[in-house]
Amino acid sequence: MLIIKNLKASIAGKCILKGISLNVKPGEIHAIMGPNGSGKSTLAAVLVGREFVEITEGTVTYLGKNLLEMAAEDRAKEGIFLGFQYPIEIPGVSMVNFMKTAVNEHRKFKGLEPLSASDFLKMMREKKELVEIDSKLANRSVNEGFSGGEKKKNEIFQMAMLEPKLAILDETDSGLDIDALRIVANGVNKIKRPDNSFIVITHYQRLLDYIVPDVVHVLYDGRIVKTAGKELALELEEKGYDWIKKEVENNIVA
Amino acid sequence: MEKDQDKILSEVTTGEYKYGFYSDIEMERIPKGLSEDVVRLISAKKMEPEWLLEFRLKSYRHWLTMKMPTWPNLKIPAINYQEIIFYAAPKQRTNVNSLDDIDPELRKTFDKLGIPLTEQKHLAGVAVDAVIDSVSVKTTFKETLAEMGIIFCSFSDAVKEYPDLVKRYMGSVVPYTDNFFATLNSAVFSDGSFCYIPKGVRCPMELSTYFRINSANTGQFERTLLIADEESYVSYLEGCTAPSRDENQLHAAIVEIVAEKNAEVKYSTVQNWYPGDKEGRGGIFNFVTKRGMCKGENSKISWTQIETGSAITWKYPSCILRGDNSTGEFYSVAVTNNHQQADTGTKMTHIGKNTKSTIVSKGISAGMGQNSYRGLVKVLKNATNARNYSQCDSLLLGDKCGAHTFPYIEVDNQTAIVEHEATTSKIGEDQIFYCNQRGISTEDAIGLIVNGYAREVINKLPMEFAVEAQKLLQISLEGSVG
Ligand SMILES: Nc1ncnc2c1ncn2[C@@H]1O[C@H](COP(=O)(O)OP(=O)(O)OP(=O)(O)O)[C@@H](O)[C@H]1O
Ligand SMILES: [Mg+2]
Repeated sequence: MLIIKNLKASIAGKCILKGISLNVKPGEIHAIMGPNGSGKSTLAAVLVGREFVEITEGTVTYLGKNLLEMAAEDRAKEGIFLGFQYPIEIPGVSMVNFMKTAVNEHRKFKGLEPLSASDFLKMMREKKELVEIDSKLANRSVNEGFSGGEKKKNEIFQMAMLEPKLAILDETDSGLDIDALRIVANGVNKIKRPDNSFIVITHYQRLLDYIVPDVVHVLYDGRIVKTAGKELALELEEKGYDWIKKEVENNIVA
Repeated sequence: MEKDQDKILSEVTTGEYKYGFYSDIEMERIPKGLSEDVVRLISAKKMEPEWLLEFRLKSYRHWLTMKMPTWPNLKIPAINYQEIIFYAAPKQRTNVNSLDDIDPELRKTFDKLGIPLTEQKHLAGVAVDAVIDSVSVKTTFKETLAEMGIIFCSFSDAVKEYPDLVKRYMGSVVPYTDNFFATLNSAVFSDGSFCYIPKGVRCPMELSTYFRINSANTGQFERTLLIADEESYVSYLEGCTAPSRDENQLHAAIVEIVAEKNAEVKYSTVQNWYPGDKEGRGGIFNFVTKRGMCKGENSKISWTQIETGSAITWKYPSCILRGDNSTGEFYSVAVTNNHQQADTGTKMTHIGKNTKSTIVSKGISAGMGQNSYRGLVKVLKNATNARNYSQCDSLLLGDKCGAHTFPYIEVDNQTAIVEHEATTSKIGEDQIFYCNQRGISTEDAIGLIVNGYAREVINKLPMEFAVEAQKLLQISLEGSVG
């Protein structure tokens, strides 16, 4: 589904991603962990087409196509969804209007007619229940005045509405209380199908109790320095990153 | 980051003006230039009575003593009044009775603009007075309205048929000495709409005037007079467009409204004059004086304007709240893109007791556009318990444009409560990207955000036009997103 080869990227002339390779197959859940500032969000930014990240080397293939050549909105319509680490507020634009526009753009892309108002509202109701988001939130402006946790739940709600093939969740668990964490995780599990994939960026193994990853990667200083099964998350939780940093330094010396 | 910003900017600032076509209509024009003779000639062309010629001459002589105002926050190139044609009319009998009398080219023009001159069933809710250059060519639904005693006709017809009403009210709200452009208009005005709603009548349809400038080098100087007698109600809409040309053209209009006791007037404008090209060449200079007088108790006048066109806009629809308990409202969205400039706002003068005014102004600047809000809230000595609430918001797209607010408050009565709020916000790159990531193009994202921002004002428009206005907002900020 997604094949990243030796990806290098910089922001404002500073090299942030220093050669990343990753292969996500349909139906897989990949967790990416790693210390602050290691480049996790930058990797997500590259995948969704943010232009402030400059790609200096490498290739990204998504569903057989060169992803790096696609416009951001086309990537979205091709099924890539990002749950933002810091969701953006858009005052004056209602969630209903925002989602209706988004859903209908997706439909247009697939050659489908726009949904009627009543069908759309029905869909919205179903998905709201699925992710247990407060009805009232959907009547407000996009993320405006939402609490940190509400914003994160709203990302999951949007994901449910757009039914992506590849969802990248950037620290969607941060700032959530225990109940919300369960809701978010359940949301993901309900949406999961054999043919769609997830990249879950997180700092806490707690989330991975609910969303069980196939693979866990550690991103450190712009490189994936360790890849293993879900037990790696537990080990990191216990021991922190120091041992990995040491391993990396030793490797460089050797 | 620069690159991205620039891209979004250039995308939203390259929208095309959709009404820039020119129609080849046989016209009668007088020679260019302005003099007492020209004023007399216009009056003669219109076969006006002596008193009106006197009014014109008085205005012209006064105008000669005046200077163009310099206080607006606008860069206005020198205007040579000797280069302007002050009267141009399609060669045909004006005010035709049957559609067949109308030059087919004229009908085509209005069809193209989406303004039907036929009384079509599906548009039965709107009566139109169509004005091209200096004259009104057709007023629809005149007869239907007349059955209720409503007068809706061209200004010229009103002068002939209802001289007493015209004499009584013309200049009563905007005196001929009012300001440079109003005085000029008083001297050379050519046509416009006249409307009288009799006592106790609720006008059953939207009345609207559509102004079209077609001829080159011609100025448009129209005058609208709207009188709502006691206990009456009317909703009025004005629209305007012009061909794309490299030269600037002058539009200096006057709108006067009188609301008697318990009357209510809603006046909405969707202003879409040619704004000039991307480099700032051409476009209409829109210097307009609009004022309403809440003359009777409990009367109400409400201005709603969507200003997307013109190279330069200079316009302050105002209310004089003379009747006790009267209400004035001003809701405005003004867009300046490319090199457009707008200095617009309102003046609320509280004279009567318990008078109330509300001002909601939303400026949107893109490209190199400069957008100023200028408002005056004035509470006179006897206006006990006057209330005003003003809200001025500015939205910026990019960092080459500007937004300015000049709120003036003069209060002479201790019991007055005057509130003012102002905000400035930017459409962030992050907001646009968030939309992009959900599959929404940059163009649509800007449309969503701008319409969300302007919704409070758009909702005040008659329903039929709210959708149009929404589209227009998007188009005037639209780009060539491929
Ligand atoms: N827009 C930007 N301009 C300049 N530097 C940036 C920008 N975005 C990210 N960086 C830098 O790139 C590096 C990687 O940041 P990134 O956000 O990808 O880290 P992260 O792994 O997601 O960290 P966290 O766990 O704290 O979210 C950091 O040093 C950060 O300061
Ligand atoms: Mg991050």
